Amino acid sequence: MKITDELVDYLGELSRLEISEEEKDGLKKDLTDILDYMDQLSQLDTKGKPELSHPFENRNCFREDVVTNGDDRQAVLSNAPAHKGDYFKVHKTVGEEV
Amino acid sequence: MSGEKQILDMTALELGQKLRTKEIGVKEAAQAYLDAIEETDGEIHSYITVMKEEALAAAESVQKKMDAGELTSPLAGVPVAIKDNMCTKGTLTSAASKILSGFVPPYDATAVTRLKEQGAVILGKVNMDEFAMGGSTETSYYGITKNPWDLKRVPGGSSGGSAAAVAAKLAPYALGSDTGGSIRQPCAFNNLTGIKPTYGAVSRYGLLAYASSLDQIGPIGRDIADCAAALSLISGKDSKDSTSIMEQSFDFSKALESGIRGKKIGLPKNYYGDGLATDVKTKILEAAQTFEALGAQVEEFELPNVDYAVPAYYIVACAEASSNLSRYDGIKYGYRSSDAENILDIYYKSRSEGFGTEVKRRIMLGSFVLSSGYFDAYYKKALQVRGMIKASFDAAFERYDMILSPVSPTTAYEIGGQISDPIAMYMADIYTVSVNLSGTPAVALPCGMDDTGLPVGMQLIGKAFSEETLVAAAAEYQRATDFHKAVAPHAAKGGRK
Repeated sequence: MKITDELVDYLGELSRLEISEEEKDGLKKDLTDILDYMDQLSQLDTKGKPELSHPFENRNCFREDVVTNGDDRQAVLSNAPAHKGDYFKVHKTVGEEV
Repeated sequence: MSGEKQILDMTALELGQKLRTKEIGVKEAAQAYLDAIEETDGEIHSYITVMKEEALAAAESVQKKMDAGELTSPLAGVPVAIKDNMCTKGTLTSAASKILSGFVPPYDATAVTRLKEQGAVILGKVNMDEFAMGGSTETSYYGITKNPWDLKRVPGGSSGGSAAAVAAKLAPYALGSDTGGSIRQPCAFNNLTGIKPTYGAVSRYGLLAYASSLDQIGPIGRDIADCAAALSLISGKDSKDSTSIMEQSFDFSKALESGIRGKKIGLPKNYYGDGLATDVKTKILEAAQTFEALGAQVEEFELPNVDYAVPAYYIVACAEASSNLSRYDGIKYGYRSSDAENILDIYYKSRSEGFGTEVKRRIMLGSFVLSSGYFDAYYKKALQVRGMIKASFDAAFERYDMILSPVSPTTAYEIGGQISDPIAMYMADIYTVSVNLSGTPAVALPCGMDDTGLPVGMQLIGKAFSEETLVAAAAEYQRATDFHKAVAPHAAKGGRK
């Protein structure tokens, strides 16, 4: 699997990461090497084998919808890089092309 | 006083005993550790945050409750260190990442809540690889932790701060987390004992997620009895984690005495071949003989498909990481780039400046294996291999009570030795990741020293929820041997008594 500049850019977009030109060459090499290494899985015949996404069977766990945490609004908001009143503050997102 | 153990030299349970009989005060114990941290952690750097005031205040309140008979746990009043990926209300929880700089959780992780309810005194938050992605604690935003056995070497990872703190006698025990070996490998590198519990045995609520189907919290301590005591406090069902399975907590009181006579131990042949350092292999095979002498039956067998565990693991782990870490957006908490000019900028710039190289690499790998066109060849394939590996272990546990395996192909390596070669770094996880893929429990414990005097660890792997069997075997081994009692040359000295 050869990782091209275009693919690195695409993965950056999917991952919401800006990849600088200096980072790009190193990443291309590392990702190519790692994916080559991962390709050894293709030696194993998995035809018809079930996919295991989780070690044990997952079951739905229902409980009453009762609030158990206290009013920690201020503690939550104080973690935000920017907030105004009771709201998280971000740049303008409507009526602007981004 | 000569002849009597000093506070720092006691196991967590020995200290707990002295606290219950009031020979030592809870505050005195906490202060002894805080003093040791101040004196020694400058060269080890195991802590990110030392919670001095909080610890002393907690010690006072715990002492009152113990005096009133309200706290009777064997670990009541005993200090503990917490890996910095578990939320602690009111105290920085960073996962050793710049992107969580300034994050002060408004709640405690369930494992932390349970320890506090039983009177644990938290000394502080300890270092780790950024978001638990690594095996050397070198990827931490807060700097490198040194191995107390040799300051030029890594303490292992990702729970390297937890292990270095315990090995340097800067905490009697610690909590770590294990996604692909992150409790067991640092235990092996620091001559410590640790338990990676069955998936679902301990609630993950408040554990900053790396790979949710693999992550488990567990204890790191100086011997198996301390680890068992800590695990019985933190295990059990939690309504805040729907994957927590156990209705009850573990009770190891019988297991610690029940021994290993008549148990069957399997040695996977493919775990003892090329790639395993000769002196590590020798020590583990000697341990196998010790288990035989203690009454266990040991035999070699073939464990199919585990040679594919590392690539399968990294595909699954990176896929889950790329999804889990998408929450770090620079808006609700943590770091936001000051250069952002619009909403997309906030995401791109905050994440690019906030995550380290290894984390970015894994997020991008995860995005790749989940992306359209590659999903079937990588992610789906890895899930099938995961199923085949679990089936191999299930079949093995029909014949054996436990599997004896190395933890790491080598002992602790030098700082900077592997960090620039991601594949070498990933391949070193060969003996540990299968346990996470199949959800089974494992105990790591010391079994001697290599040719240069560095600790060698081994692991006992069991079927799901067989922690009691593993604890029994480890306890019997530690009664018969003294390897776990060896103390790191750079451990803190003294402590009042």
